[in-house]
Amino acid sequence: MSEHIVHPRVYIAIFLVLMSGTGLTVMAAFRDFPGPLNAVVALTIAVIKATLVVLYFMHVRYSPRLIWLVIAAALFWMALLFALTISDYSTRSWLPIN
Amino acid sequence: MPEGLATTHDAATHRALQHHFENMEQQREAGTLGMWVFLVTEIMFFGGMFLAYTLYRYKYPEAFAAASNHLDIRLGGINTVVLIFSSFTMAMAVFYTQVGRRRNSIMCLLLTIVLGLTFLGIKAVEYRDKYTDNLIPGQLIPGRPFNPTIAKPGETLDEHKLHLPPGATLQNVQLFFWIYFAMTGMHALHMIIGIGLLTTMTFMAWRGRFGPEYHAPIEVSGLYWHFVDIVWIFLFPLLYLLGRHLESHLG
Repeated sequence: MSEHIVHPRVYIAIFLVLMSGTGLTVMAAFRDFPGPLNAVVALTIAVIKATLVVLYFMHVRYSPRLIWLVIAAALFWMALLFALTISDYSTRSWLPIN
Repeated sequence: MPEGLATTHDAATHRALQHHFENMEQQREAGTLGMWVFLVTEIMFFGGMFLAYTLYRYKYPEAFAAASNHLDIRLGGINTVVLIFSSFTMAMAVFYTQVGRRRNSIMCLLLTIVLGLTFLGIKAVEYRDKYTDNLIPGQLIPGRPFNPTIAKPGETLDEHKLHLPPGATLQNVQLFFWIYFAMTGMHALHMIIGIGLLTTMTFMAWRGRFGPEYHAPIEVSGLYWHFVDIVWIFLFPLLYLLGRHLESHLG
C-alpha cells in the first residue's frame, strides 16, 4: 500500500490555523480598510482556509497528479465563468443604448 | 484457473476488490478520482450562485450591506467553528480507519454527525428569526410575504427592524435574501445528504467492513464533507461579514 497516512499532529495544526483564520476574518470585517480592501482581505483569508482544507484534510497534497489536474480544470472553468460574465456586466454602460 | 490471471490480481485478494480492478490501490485511486470529478460538478453548481451574488452585490452595494448586517454574525460565526471542527473529526475518522482503530473511527464519525446536526439546528434558529421578522423573500411561505418592519431614521438599533440606508431599496434587500436562502438552503441540503452518508458509514464501520486495506467509502464521504465545509468557508464572510465595516457610514 503506497497510501500516505497523514499524522493527527498535521490535522490538529491545520485545525488551529483554520480556527485562527475564522477569528481573524471576523476581526478584519469590523475594520474599515480603504477601497475594496475589506473584500480582498476576507476573500484572501477564505482562499487560504479552503486551500488548507483541500491540501491536508482532503489529502490532495499526497494525491496523484491526475487529481491536481481535475481540480485545476475546475478552477479554470470557474475563472472563465466569472471573467466572461463580469466583463459583460461591467462594460454594459460603455455603449449609449436607450 | 488459467495462468496469468493469478498474477494480475493480488495474491491475497480482498473481498471488497471488484473484478474490474487490478488491486486495492488502483480501486481506491479510481474511486477518489471519480469523487473529485463529481465535486467539480458541485463546484460549478455552487459557482453559478456565487457569481449571482457577486454581480448583484456589485450592482446594489448599499442594499446588500444593509441586508448582510441584518444577519446574526454570532450564530454564523459559531456555525463556522462547528463546521470546521466537524471537518477535523472527519479527517480523524479517516485516520483511525487507516490505522485500523475501529472504535475511535466510529466515535469520530458519530461526533462529526452530531456537529453536523448542531450546525443544522443553529441554521434552523436563524431561519426562524428571519421568519418572525418577515424576511422570507417573495411568497415562499404562503401568507407570510416579504414584509420587514423598516426602522425610522434616527431610531435606536432594533435587531428586528431593517435599517435601510440611503440608496438601498427594499426590492434589492429582498434580492439579497433570495440569494441568502438559495445558497444557505442548498448548503443545508448538502449537509443533510452528508449526514445521511456518514450515518451509512458509521453503520458499515460498526459492521466491521473497513480496515487499513479497505476504507475508500469513508475517505470519499470525507471528501464530500470537506467540500461542504469549504462552501461554508466562503459563504460565511460573503453573506455575514462584507457589510460590517460600512455600518458606521450607512447610519
